[in-house]
Amino acid sequence: MARLVRLYMHYAGISIRSQMQYRASFAMAATGHLVVTGFDFAALAVLFRRFGSLVEWSLHEVAVLYGITHVAFALAEAFARGFDVFPAMVRDGSFDRLLLRPLSTAFQVAASEIQLMRIGRLTQGLAVLGWALATGGFSLGLAHWLLVPLAILGGACLFSGLFVLSGVLSFWTIETLEVVNTVTYGGVEATQYPLSIYRPWFRHLFTFVVPLACVNFLPGAALMGMPERAGAPEWCLWLAPFAGVLFLLASLQVWRVGVRHYTSTGS
Amino acid sequence: MTLVRVENLAKSFRVAERCPGMWGAVRGLVARGYRTIQALDDVSFELSAGELVGYIGPNGAGKSTTVKVLAGILVPDSGRCEVLGRVPWRERRANARDVGVVFGQRTQLWWDLPVAESFDLLREIYAVAPADHRRARGELVEMLDLGGLLNVPVRQLSLGQRMRCDLAAALLHQPPILYLDEPTIGLDAPSKLAVRSFVRTLTRERGVTVILTTHDMDDIEALCQRVILIAHGRVLSNGSLKDLRTQVSRERRLVIDLADPMAEITDPRATITAREGARVTVSFDPDRVAAPELIAQFCARVAIRDLTIESVPIEEIVAQLYRENGAP
Repeated sequence: MARLVRLYMHYAGISIRSQMQYRASFAMAATGHLVVTGFDFAALAVLFRRFGSLVEWSLHEVAVLYGITHVAFALAEAFARGFDVFPAMVRDGSFDRLLLRPLSTAFQVAASEIQLMRIGRLTQGLAVLGWALATGGFSLGLAHWLLVPLAILGGACLFSGLFVLSGVLSFWTIETLEVVNTVTYGGVEATQYPLSIYRPWFRHLFTFVVPLACVNFLPGAALMGMPERAGAPEWCLWLAPFAGVLFLLASLQVWRVGVRHYTSTGS
Repeated sequence: MTLVRVENLAKSFRVAERCPGMWGAVRGLVARGYRTIQALDDVSFELSAGELVGYIGPNGAGKSTTVKVLAGILVPDSGRCEVLGRVPWRERRANARDVGVVFGQRTQLWWDLPVAESFDLLREIYAVAPADHRRARGELVEMLDLGGLLNVPVRQLSLGQRMRCDLAAALLHQPPILYLDEPTIGLDAPSKLAVRSFVRTLTRERGVTVILTTHDMDDIEALCQRVILIAHGRVLSNGSLKDLRTQVSRERRLVIDLADPMAEITDPRATITAREGARVTVSFDPDRVAAPELIAQFCARVAIRDLTIESVPIEEIVAQLYRENGAP
């Protein structure tokens, strides 16, 4: 395990250094990322100024959910984007090179690409989340403060799992399937807002199939001291983030099936 | 001691077939036609420790497929395969520690990194102890003359330089078995010689077991004690280069430069196969007539300026074998 961590740092160092060779391009990408996501939240704030609230939710409350989603997604983008560029590796045959090494393929794919520019979204997400928690007038105990990183971790795992799944499809088809992207980006968009504003089938999709609600809306409701709005027992809300971890583990199992398929077809 | 054992290996691929044109593209979305290609039909062979075996065959014969199965990248449809007592695809990672693989067409190094950094990363990937790594690296750098290349990013290397670095990279973890898949493809003459002499040293002095796939018969003649020839996924011949020759033809050739280009030259035990000006090529079967006897015959009858004796080039032998087995 310690060896894998060291090895991951080595891979990360290489990826970061090669990005730093193009400093200006990195700076622009990161700043651009920050500005674009910044405008995104500004637009949200403007709507709230105009309409006051979204059903029963205030701007601060929505901002907590928004912040958690974006921080989690930025982490997943930074650390699991390798799975997103992975279909190209299958197409040009360089995936074979990973199979020649005495390491798991998922590890090598994840470690092959660490996107520093995602620091833009990360900064913006943290700023929004920090602002909302500090000025929203929530009463936060120690447990609540621990729930924040837990929800973020669960979310990062879940989005990473989605990246793994979208990568895994390339073992079967070389056409890029937009289905997973729809869920991923649609999920980011949807979970910026409280899930209770959506129709039941949509809520169920994002609770039980792709459990985005479990890493965002449900712990968010507990965090802000309004479990009654979640429509689930309070203990569920506290444990919900682990669904993200389980989702990632399940995705990695699908990955293994994909690798086995690849090695038996060679295509 | 047998290091590699392959028995009745078979592997087929399903290739999607698309009909040409717009209509074909649309139809491909709904129902796709597949064609099955039998890459390996029934391949069996064994490798003993320290052997250097040439693995040859026409394009698409199944050479790379065999190497991929041995490397654990590909799972065969049927048959058995053991490398150092392990089934490669079942214990892919353990197998990877004991084999080195070089694909001539594709580098194993990190494109943007200086060579030395790829080596460092490989040390960690294979968990080689620092002292062992330093020693192995030092030896390889010296044998392959990599001193001046270590700080150059891989993308800036010439093909020959890159191949030398790839060879070193495949051997840093000191595997007892090495698979070379067309390591001399596209190389210039000095690079080819460098690769050959390195591989020779490796087997002779280090006892590394090598499988070499190649289209270059000079590689085979220079290096291999044994040659396995496959076509259409089947082993056609497995033995020494001499065996391969006699299997196809025992023919020898006498190339004679006559003093008088118009001179007649005949013998019932030989046939003239080419005549260009004063140069005549005569083939004969050494079982029917010994070379010295034939030469003495000719010398007695006509004036000869120069004379050489040849075997059929291995290229011709192989081409004939490919032809006989219906290869394209």
